Amino acid sequence: MIYFDNSATTKPSQGVVAIMERVLKEDFGNPSSMHMKGMEAENYIKDAAGKLAKILHCKEKELIFTSGGTESNNMAIIGTAFAKKRRGKHIITSAMEHASVYEPMRFLEEEGFEVTYLPGNEKEVVDLEALKAALRPDTILVSIMQVNNETGRLSRVEEIGKILHEYNPEIVYHVDAIQSFGKYQIHPKKQGIDLLSVSGHKIHGPKGSGFLYCREKLTIKPLILGGGQQAGMRSGTENVPAIAGMGEAAKEIYDHFEEVQGHLYDLKNTMISELLKLPDVTVNSFCGQDSAPHIVSASFKGVRSEVLLHALEGKGVYVSSGSACSSNHPAISKTLQTIHVPEELLDSTIRFSFCGENTEEEIETTIEILKELLPMLRKFTRH
Amino acid sequence: MNNIHAFLIKYAEIGVKGKNRYIFEDALIRQIKKSLEQVQGDFDVYKEMGRVYVKVLSDYDYDETVEALQRVFGIVGICPMTQVEDEGWDALVKDVVAHIKDTYQDQPLSFKVECRRARKNYPKNSMEMNADFGEILLKECPNLHVDVHHPDFILYVEIRSKINIYSKILPGLGGMPVGTAGKAMVLLSGGIDSPVAGYMVAKRGVVLEATYFHAPPYTSERAKQKVVDLAKQVAKYSGPIKLNVVNFTDIQLAIYEKCPHDELTIIMRRYMMRIAEHFAKESGCQALVTGESIGQVASQTMQSLMSTNEVCTLPVFRPLIAFDKQDIIDISEKIGTFETSILPYEDCCTIFVAKHPVTKPNLKVIRKDEEHLNEVIDDLMKQAIETTEVIICE
Repeated sequence: MIYFDNSATTKPSQGVVAIMERVLKEDFGNPSSMHMKGMEAENYIKDAAGKLAKILHCKEKELIFTSGGTESNNMAIIGTAFAKKRRGKHIITSAMEHASVYEPMRFLEEEGFEVTYLPGNEKEVVDLEALKAALRPDTILVSIMQVNNETGRLSRVEEIGKILHEYNPEIVYHVDAIQSFGKYQIHPKKQGIDLLSVSGHKIHGPKGSGFLYCREKLTIKPLILGGGQQAGMRSGTENVPAIAGMGEAAKEIYDHFEEVQGHLYDLKNTMISELLKLPDVTVNSFCGQDSAPHIVSASFKGVRSEVLLHALEGKGVYVSSGSACSSNHPAISKTLQTIHVPEELLDSTIRFSFCGENTEEEIETTIEILKELLPMLRKFTRH
Repeated sequence: MNNIHAFLIKYAEIGVKGKNRYIFEDALIRQIKKSLEQVQGDFDVYKEMGRVYVKVLSDYDYDETVEALQRVFGIVGICPMTQVEDEGWDALVKDVVAHIKDTYQDQPLSFKVECRRARKNYPKNSMEMNADFGEILLKECPNLHVDVHHPDFILYVEIRSKINIYSKILPGLGGMPVGTAGKAMVLLSGGIDSPVAGYMVAKRGVVLEATYFHAPPYTSERAKQKVVDLAKQVAKYSGPIKLNVVNFTDIQLAIYEKCPHDELTIIMRRYMMRIAEHFAKESGCQALVTGESIGQVASQTMQSLMSTNEVCTLPVFRPLIAFDKQDIIDISEKIGTFETSILPYEDCCTIFVAKHPVTKPNLKVIRKDEEHLNEVIDDLMKQAIETTEVIICE
């Protein structure tokens, strides 16, 4: 099996499974319980928060554990809008955000907020000039993804932070780091980020884990109310095994950061250059540091992506068509349209996404399989 | 409705079956028992003097039980009833009043009474009882009034060896109990129509088997799962369905390679019919069933139907042949297949569809073009049949 769908989800690491097993089997207490069993459980949360705080160069109390990336994004966006609505009702985001940003924006529009969707340019998620032009005195929130999940396109997170700070330091700056955490060093304070969404299962942690970094002294409204856990910001008994697993996963990734990142860039560069040698293939990602190290989006002229996906699956290679999170609805990808992928290639686009465990050999094998499949598939097309 | 401990089951067409009647009644009882197996509680299902009864022997959920009965073909009406021993007139009056009060509380409704005296030695005759119960109910339930032409409900009191009291007839599906009318092979595609077609044929008492054509990598595992889910949903009414999953890719590619593209769908469907008929005959089916409807798509024009029909020797039933799409959708919503049917996975009919497929295929031309496959088709058919996967959907 060759698993090139790591932007959809990753395989939990052994260390992650081990720590979760321990929590599930032995240290299963409720962290809010007064007794020893509760304290043991609480220690796992503190420990995970400690690991994450060290990575982000932030304080432990700036982390709110959630059920994953979607909840983190919802909380950041809706929670900020509701807390700041008296100051203004204008929000800025990009046109290629994930549904977990886009749908909350649509919700807020119905609630009377005004949202500006910034265009990208050839290379980036956000065009900085367009951002500057869109800022207004009543702008309360800017929400931008660091790495686009479908193409690996980047946004210049730190420069956006500077632009916002110069314009009006009261604007809340949210970064969706779901595809970038583990691939880049992220230091919110230094980069001027107020809110940062992260998902555990994209970095070899468990599904159902995630967190929102929320800068100290920034007030946003909690969305889940109840027993007041996590300082009232996110009620509900903490998902201790998931939190412990995510903490461990993050630590493992950042302990070997440079090595893994370098390996991912190598894999990506090989994949792109090999793909470009094949006839009628367009690559929608960039070599080197111009796009994320782990994502290669490519369009195969004359082959429908779903068919290619299943043909690769038949050979033991797992990829996704467009973005896995949205590929249940075979609507044409907004992101691909935004970056001007030609009409006839929109439905012919496949995403390969890597993790540290993937190898150059796997890429070689995949290329060989593509060489075999593509002529066959192209022979049988709909017309 | 916790005073209900029995149901009278009304059936229609079985009543006219003459000497075969017992076969139909027994099948109905069997199907009712099967359906009630899914429901919490103990039930006794039996027939007595030309009636079928469901008696509740334990705690049970009324709604769940009625729903289960409403999935059984052959039932036209389900009457929740109070069944009592004959303990004299005064006791009966009490039971009748309690039944009505419990069922309708104090709602202002109109009613009429229909008593029947199967046991002719009962001291009052039907007319006398009608009048007496009418009078008693008017006195006991001041909000009720009599309307013999358009009553809101009719109180039925049947004097048999026991006495049945009921006033509601909940609708059943009608049709005939499954297992009384042979077996048929339905071609399931994953769309809206074919599960409805299968359901309609099963409703006439027919046991179903199904064939699905799988075309990896052009159709996905999810598309296959979707068909399994549809078969399971239909099986809630029809009983277990044996589903043949035929690997159809190679045949499709061969057709694509060797035959004119505008005839692809027609020729493909001719092979689907042939393969389905092979499995149908193998397992003793007497007919094929499809979801076709005249003119719905290019392959369902009269001319196209004619050319797919001619490859079979078994009769092909097309219960939806004169239905409009919306009527089909209405049924699929009713039987719970619609939500699954509209999941957006490719089925093998849509993959290689030509931009302008023939709508009036000429039989002679089709037969001739099919000859291009002569060299390979026997092997491919054999291989497809041999590699077919069987899934029991229940």
